[in-house]
Amino acid sequence: MEHAMKRWHYIRNGSSLKLDSERCIGCSACLQVCPHQVFGMQGRKAQILDRDACMECGACARNCPVQALQVQPGVGCVAAILIGKLRGTAPTCECGGSKGGACC
Amino acid sequence: MLLTPVSAVKPPLAGYRKLSQLQKPYINGYLIRGLRQIPCMVSTVKFRDRLEHVGVQWGIRRNSYMVLPGLYAAGSPGRQSPVLVTANYKLSFDMLRRELAGLDVWLLVLDTTGVNVWCAAGKGSFGTAELLRKLQQTRLDELVDHRQLILPQLGAVGVSAPEVLRRSGWRIAWGPVRAADLKAFLAAGLQKTAGMSRVRFGLGDRLRVAPLETVQAWPLPLAAVLAAALAAWLGGGRPWDYAWKTLLALGALWPLGSWLFPALLPVLPSRAFSVKGAVLGLLWALCMILLLQPGFWFALALILVSTSVTSFKAMNFTGATTFTSQTGAMLEVDKAIIPQLAGFAAAVVFAAIGFFAGFGV
Repeated sequence: MEHAMKRWHYIRNGSSLKLDSERCIGCSACLQVCPHQVFGMQGRKAQILDRDACMECGACARNCPVQALQVQPGVGCVAAILIGKLRGTAPTCECGGSKGGACC
Repeated sequence: MLLTPVSAVKPPLAGYRKLSQLQKPYINGYLIRGLRQIPCMVSTVKFRDRLEHVGVQWGIRRNSYMVLPGLYAAGSPGRQSPVLVTANYKLSFDMLRRELAGLDVWLLVLDTTGVNVWCAAGKGSFGTAELLRKLQQTRLDELVDHRQLILPQLGAVGVSAPEVLRRSGWRIAWGPVRAADLKAFLAAGLQKTAGMSRVRFGLGDRLRVAPLETVQAWPLPLAAVLAAALAAWLGGGRPWDYAWKTLLALGALWPLGSWLFPALLPVLPSRAFSVKGAVLGLLWALCMILLLQPGFWFALALILVSTSVTSFKAMNFTGATTFTSQTGAMLEVDKAIIPQLAGFAAAVVFAAIGFFAGFGV
């Protein structure tokens, strides 16, 4: 039964996530918000246990009270990257726009 | 005229009028608190809602499927009742209100222009600023004695709990990913189990995004029909023979990429979606070659077109998944796009050779 235990991993080393252990105060906010259990606690510090499971959503960095986490957040969407490449811009979903429509 | 929380805020969308709210099928009355009226949600999701949900999965009304933002009451909440926060995508809202049956809670609906919590958080509309704005507009602090909000965990992509606390005094507890776990989460005193925090992407989830994948891949069947017409025209004495074979071999790439690929995602080899897709496309081409027994050049063309198109389609499925990163997707695009384009171009050349040199038959 995959749905119970399956851990999804995308491209190896495909994450910009960085943890500065010096700054970490061990509040475990990152463990609370990470959708893929990338972090674990070792003693009173958070540590990255499963880097390849990181999807760069940026929730951990946004909710770290001491800025110990750094990640370049973005959509993991090839279509967005291709649109960006064609237009010479950053990856874009082409969905914000004036009408603020949905996408992803 | 009594003040409602909704009339207190600027209607965010041109399509909405204050009065239209009275007819919304998900509101069955108003809770009176002093001079305020707070709309009460219906907890049953009706057949019509489910019909809409199926439509949205196929892309119908998907970009305008929303409820009015603002404060709602589920059950009969009081001054100690929990406050939940969500987005105004009606599909999420419906799933949430069904789970809230039998509970007394406040529900604060942010204006995400009808986008779900996770995507809206990624784009910033489910964010710190909008949460602070809605707290102010709805004057929620007048209705409860505590200062504790419960947000869906995936909202953390856009909302900074430390910043909300600093700027408004409200504390944020990150709730479960799925609405179905809410009752257990509340009963456990806002404690999550590990399973409640994890985003899954099981077979059911993957098949739920398949309809939209199908709709968005509309150029595929179109191209297959055009290719079949072209083959019939070039095929000389046996136009129907060429037409149906081409239509079968190429037309099948549509459901192959939209349904079979998502279904087989964890089983296909490699982490790169382009490789997974190429493998699936190759397998399909081999099946077709065994079945249709085309000549050498057509077989070669079929292998290349099936592999490159399915690889490209598969790569684009990253946008529908719950776990792909942008850094990874960029690495993948850089490696895969040239082989995909080259494979497709070569397929066209080989098919042309098959026709014009007469080797294909």
